[in-house]
Amino acid sequence: MQKARYDTDIVRSFVNWSIVWGLVAVLVGVIVSFQMVNPSLNFPPYFTFGRLRPIHTNAGIYGWGVGVIFATFLYMVQRLCRTPLWSPKLARFQLWFFNATIIASAVTLLLGYTTSKEYHEMEWPIDIMVVVLWVAFAVNVIMTIIKRKEERMYISLWYMMASLIGVAILYVVNAAEVPVSLFKSYSAYAGTNDANVEWWFGHNAVAMALTAPPLAMFYYFLPKTTRVPIYSHRLSIISFWSLIFMYLWTGAHHLLWTPVPDWIQTLAMAFSLMLIAPSWGSVFNGYLSMNGQWHQMRDNYLVKFLIVGITFYGLQTLQGPMQAIRTFSAFIHYTDWIPAHIHMGTMGWVSMIAFASIYYLVPRIYGRQLYSIPLANLQFWLILIGQLMWSISLWIAGVLQAGMWTAMNPDGSLTYTFMETMVEMYPYWWIRAAGGLVYLAGIIVFIYNLVMTVRRGENATVATVAAEGRA
Amino acid sequence: MWEKKPILFMLLATGAILVGTLITMVLPFAWVNTEADRIETVTPYTALQQEGRDIYIREGCNNCHTQTVRPLVAEVLRYGDYSKSGEFVYDRPFLWGSKRTGPDLARIGGKYPDEWHYKHMASPRSMVPRTNMPAYAWLADNKLDPQMIRRKMDVLGFPYTEEEINALADKTEMDAIIAYMQKLGTGIPWHEAAATTIVGELKNPYTGVDHATMEPWEKLYEANCAACHGEHEEGDIGPELDGSAYEENELFEIIYKGVPENGMPAFSSLGSDKVWKLVNFIKYYTQGEDH
Repeated sequence: MQKARYDTDIVRSFVNWSIVWGLVAVLVGVIVSFQMVNPSLNFPPYFTFGRLRPIHTNAGIYGWGVGVIFATFLYMVQRLCRTPLWSPKLARFQLWFFNATIIASAVTLLLGYTTSKEYHEMEWPIDIMVVVLWVAFAVNVIMTIIKRKEERMYISLWYMMASLIGVAILYVVNAAEVPVSLFKSYSAYAGTNDANVEWWFGHNAVAMALTAPPLAMFYYFLPKTTRVPIYSHRLSIISFWSLIFMYLWTGAHHLLWTPVPDWIQTLAMAFSLMLIAPSWGSVFNGYLSMNGQWHQMRDNYLVKFLIVGITFYGLQTLQGPMQAIRTFSAFIHYTDWIPAHIHMGTMGWVSMIAFASIYYLVPRIYGRQLYSIPLANLQFWLILIGQLMWSISLWIAGVLQAGMWTAMNPDGSLTYTFMETMVEMYPYWWIRAAGGLVYLAGIIVFIYNLVMTVRRGENATVATVAAEGRA
Repeated sequence: MWEKKPILFMLLATGAILVGTLITMVLPFAWVNTEADRIETVTPYTALQQEGRDIYIREGCNNCHTQTVRPLVAEVLRYGDYSKSGEFVYDRPFLWGSKRTGPDLARIGGKYPDEWHYKHMASPRSMVPRTNMPAYAWLADNKLDPQMIRRKMDVLGFPYTEEEINALADKTEMDAIIAYMQKLGTGIPWHEAAATTIVGELKNPYTGVDHATMEPWEKLYEANCAACHGEHEEGDIGPELDGSAYEENELFEIIYKGVPENGMPAFSSLGSDKVWKLVNFIKYYTQGEDH
């Protein structure tokens, strides 16, 4: 059988390791959320909020997010191209180099070796490791595409290729720094320029690592799961090209009201609003693909993950442009509203699609039926409730604090001191920490379910695996 | 057509990505940090300040503190004049941050005396009750290494004298981070927080209120004054308080506008109402009452 030639071992390994790093990311997230409400939980010098928070974000983006990208891309590219992986050996190298990079990142960040640039904190030796890793991955995927047997490239392949190029450009440009020692460097850019480069990177890392790849997964796994093709090929073409064109103009919406030149801020604001169109192009394409299939939301747990995931993508891409408007940014920026926004995207959209993809993959790469669909449903509700507790509590907190920061007395003086506004945050920070615990519980159920699937799941033939999930 | 040609596809995608990149990221280098936005009074960091900045980076202070004041009324009143591009030309990397769990620090320099910072860094809750800032007392145990700064100096192009470099050997990381904070935002002469001008004559709105009304105002004193003037106004970093030595209006002016030359910060950002409450509280309790 042709399928037997596909390399599934490497997909298994990346699935397993991405889950390990995902668990680490959420665990550290829960720890720092408790440090926010109780500063005595900081244990200097290594276990302080200032050093742990970058470990949380980088484990989430590079360990979990990129780990799932590696797993799913290597799975999808073989099937969409109907050809085995170009080099399984290179992929093996990529796996161990990936783990080495993540471990080196965590250790150096704990030791305080950091560039301070958000989502790019790792120092220059690790930047080099990341580049080697990405090149190994990109070459393998691109070579597989070049020697493909299926002439036409499906939507998912477009998003994958855009991601490969985009991440490479962004990461290398933002990494430009002059080393002082092995673990200390200074940015090649200064002040306002450095800020503008960093948020060009920061915002588009979201585009190229946390938007294009989950869309590639969504466009592949949704029709695979529902067994109904995607609604419109033409709509996906328009969405794709306008998305990758417009995204790159928007980085400065992170820098509204700062010394960055006004015209860059205005362009960023305008393009952020325009981005609603291509983002919702994909959302509509997903929804309309469900025409006549909505009953599957009830009887196929995978569809539930995918459709709720794309719904959070839709909400995220409405809320984001709203925040990119100057007046709204003036009010809400720097408050807890912003992390709430980010976590709706990461916990609600990206991770929801990642969980769906892994649930789809595991029975196929291990040849076992999923251990328990009720447990998968339980996980769905735990992560949904956990994320909503997280985001809603901090949206309220953000509006409250913004209101207090800007409140004025009748004589024009400020009504509240900074500390008076900060102590009001404690109750909401407690709810956020609790939401994090609920989400963590969801991940533990997920891991338990997968471990039991591998150990005890019934052997599955290709036919039964295909039917799986539709009970 | 491009759906069947991966190389062509990737070239087109690269082109699409590069348009916005070139215009909003590459092009601004032509204007930003050029002579046009230089500010003459902005100077490079001293050796000690640069070491402090690197400790600020190492400890991830930027995860909770921003360093840009926006040109918005409430921010200029709370923190000081809004930030200008020319103030950051020596900042590699920039440290503007993205979240204010703690207050903005762009204009913290000179706002409090050094001694306030030493005590606050060692034990934040002893100075600011209910803060969630972790304690950094351990920085005082770490000596600086003068050798590292030579290499940093070469990379950054800052001119340090031998004397300045050798002087670092006697300093701790705590000295460095405080020296850095005291420099922040002082590159322009008009950096202090704007105070709302009180229109008309000063008039105590709480003349003659009973002591029961004043009781809750003690919280205001504890949150804003006790750290320097002692829990019972007995003095600490700041002098012992003697409310009877001043007229109500004089006391109001001292608290509202501060006495920068003596290290007394302005408390105009509290708003006039709270300053009046403090005036009444201080005057009442220094008239012999023990509390």
